[in-house]
Amino acid sequence: MAKVLTLKELSKREINLSPGHRMCSGCGAPIVVKMVLLASDYPVVASNATGCLEVSSCISTYTAWKIPWIHNAFENAAATISGVEAMYRSLKRQGKITDEIKFIGFGGDGGTYDIGLQSLSGSMERGHDMLYICYDNGAYMNTGIQRSSATPFGADTTTRPVGSVVPGKTEKRKNLTKIIAAHNIPYAAQASPSHWSDLVKKVRKALEIKGPKFMNILAPCNRGWRSRSDDAIALSRLAVETCYWPLYEIEDGVTKITFKPKEKKPIVDFLKPQGRFKHLFKPENEALLARIQEDVDKEWEKLQKEEACFST
Amino acid sequence: MAKVKAATGNEAVANALRQVNPDVCAAYPITPQTELMQRFSTFVSDGKVKTELVLVESEHSAMSACVGASAAGGRVVTATSAQGLALMWEVLFIASGTRLPIVMPVVNRALSAPLNIHGDHSDAMGARDSGWIQLWSENAQEAYDNTIQAFRIGEHMDVRLPVMINMDGFIISHSIARIEYLEDEEVSSFIGEFRLLNPLLDVARPVSYGPLILPDYYMEYRRAQSEVAARVPDVVMDVARDFEKLSGRKYGLFEAYRLDDADIGIVILNSAAGTSKDVIDEYRSRGVKAGLLKPRLYRPFPYREVGEALRHLKALCVLDRADAFGGSFGPVFIDVATSLYPYDVRPIMINKIYGLGGRDYMPDHAEAVLDELLQIAETGNVRRYKEYIGVRE
Repeated sequence: MAKVLTLKELSKREINLSPGHRMCSGCGAPIVVKMVLLASDYPVVASNATGCLEVSSCISTYTAWKIPWIHNAFENAAATISGVEAMYRSLKRQGKITDEIKFIGFGGDGGTYDIGLQSLSGSMERGHDMLYICYDNGAYMNTGIQRSSATPFGADTTTRPVGSVVPGKTEKRKNLTKIIAAHNIPYAAQASPSHWSDLVKKVRKALEIKGPKFMNILAPCNRGWRSRSDDAIALSRLAVETCYWPLYEIEDGVTKITFKPKEKKPIVDFLKPQGRFKHLFKPENEALLARIQEDVDKEWEKLQKEEACFST
Repeated sequence: MAKVKAATGNEAVANALRQVNPDVCAAYPITPQTELMQRFSTFVSDGKVKTELVLVESEHSAMSACVGASAAGGRVVTATSAQGLALMWEVLFIASGTRLPIVMPVVNRALSAPLNIHGDHSDAMGARDSGWIQLWSENAQEAYDNTIQAFRIGEHMDVRLPVMINMDGFIISHSIARIEYLEDEEVSSFIGEFRLLNPLLDVARPVSYGPLILPDYYMEYRRAQSEVAARVPDVVMDVARDFEKLSGRKYGLFEAYRLDDADIGIVILNSAAGTSKDVIDEYRSRGVKAGLLKPRLYRPFPYREVGEALRHLKALCVLDRADAFGGSFGPVFIDVATSLYPYDVRPIMINKIYGLGGRDYMPDHAEAVLDELLQIAETGNVRRYKEYIGVRE
């Protein structure tokens, strides 16, 4: 079990995603990446799916990455890092390499929930010693806020725009964390940058476990969420406190909720500051708001029951 | 000392891969390649190779994992056919654009639709401009020899490009033929140690692979890639000379068969070249000056050398085992015609599309082509510039 790091200890570590990258101000993704890389006691080699993080962090002839990093294509960050890890295992077995290295794949929700799901599923099933991190901002933000299977119900996107007959996205989100956990991998978890200690702890735990690991981390996008550019942490905290984005882990099949809000806030607290949900607050859409609350309650209830199954 | 065995094309190439002993192989089954990887997997299971075998969930992931493994720093192989190659298409360009010397036998098979598992060249022709080096093989021996040479060519420090080795599905992959194998040590010393170039696994010297390059530098990057391609033929010839010293088997950019004094000629790839050569021998015995050119290095295409080798002919037929849909000619025809364009005096050219989806190419097809060429050479009249042969009318 990895030692718990204090904020003071973390602050002394080198940040391996350097400043000067071109992510939007206030973006959640580089915050997530920095926390993940800070958490590792080991050298890390990372892959990155095509997307905001990738196009903004390595524009020739500059790179923000102080660790070995590879971008291949959109849908194959998991397969790519699985190949890197396979070469590592081969060379280690042959005695050509001695370093203890960890492997992390980064992808957005489009590159993970949608186009990269098969590649991720294959990599998880094959048992590679790797951690895959999905930074979930709930739409194809890089191409301009198009709907993905991670987009929340009711959200306004550019491919499912709110119109006179369409109230935004009409389908619920896919539960990717559960889908990946169903691969019976040793570790799957959800985290949020608002709860940095929980996030860092989970990454450290994941890196100590041999085999495939998955973490789904919320990453607010002020461009797509139509929110203030200084709201990423506040919004991710509201996502957790409303139980829209519960913090939990599934370790060896055992579900554990790692943060339970003392008082569960109403979902509107999370929705209200975001322009993508503005239309839901019109009187005629009251039922939609009620439905969102109902869905959150149901999912939260289900998660608590799952946890209860395993507690003695 | 060579060992002579009877083996299928797949078996011969699998054995070449065993002798090369790559660090990583990522593969997915597809007919008619499957047998090749099954055999290689047996070598892995029996500890005959040090290879880390990654049994992926698709060809897209096979090529994606190969890119990751190759960038990590080591020798990487995969193999595929038809739909598998088509599914890899996106990542083929990334492998070559990233200059990764991955080696991939392609057991040529027709592309869908309609679904067909038999041999033609539509798969590799669809990837001919992907920046991969393409070597083509008439028989199992050539496929074996090309596979071994591919590592030296692709990994050459002047090249660093991925290489595809083509052989005809079923006709070669599943037929048993006489093979002369090199000794294991001969192969390992011929290919040498893998030379690392900016490996991802060197954590002390972190590198970034796969940057975004916008209009400011994209074109310079592409021109550099084009210049690299221009260096490939010399490397192919150097490697062929070394290989000849080792094996006694001579290879070039293409095989020119009874071509020097020929009046009429055929250009044809892979297994059908063998059938054609037999027919040419028969015509030669009757005093007809016929010859053949069989491309070996098809990408990058040695335009100058091919043009020089064919310019003296009176009439020439290029036989394509794939069509380039769009109302034009078959892909090999287009390349050969381009090779001959700079010459004021050049042969009259016709194009035949043959053998699609595994349709047999028979000696009488070659005879009909040669008879037609004789007539064209004599009269200068062309009945049809392009037509399908061996097809129901």
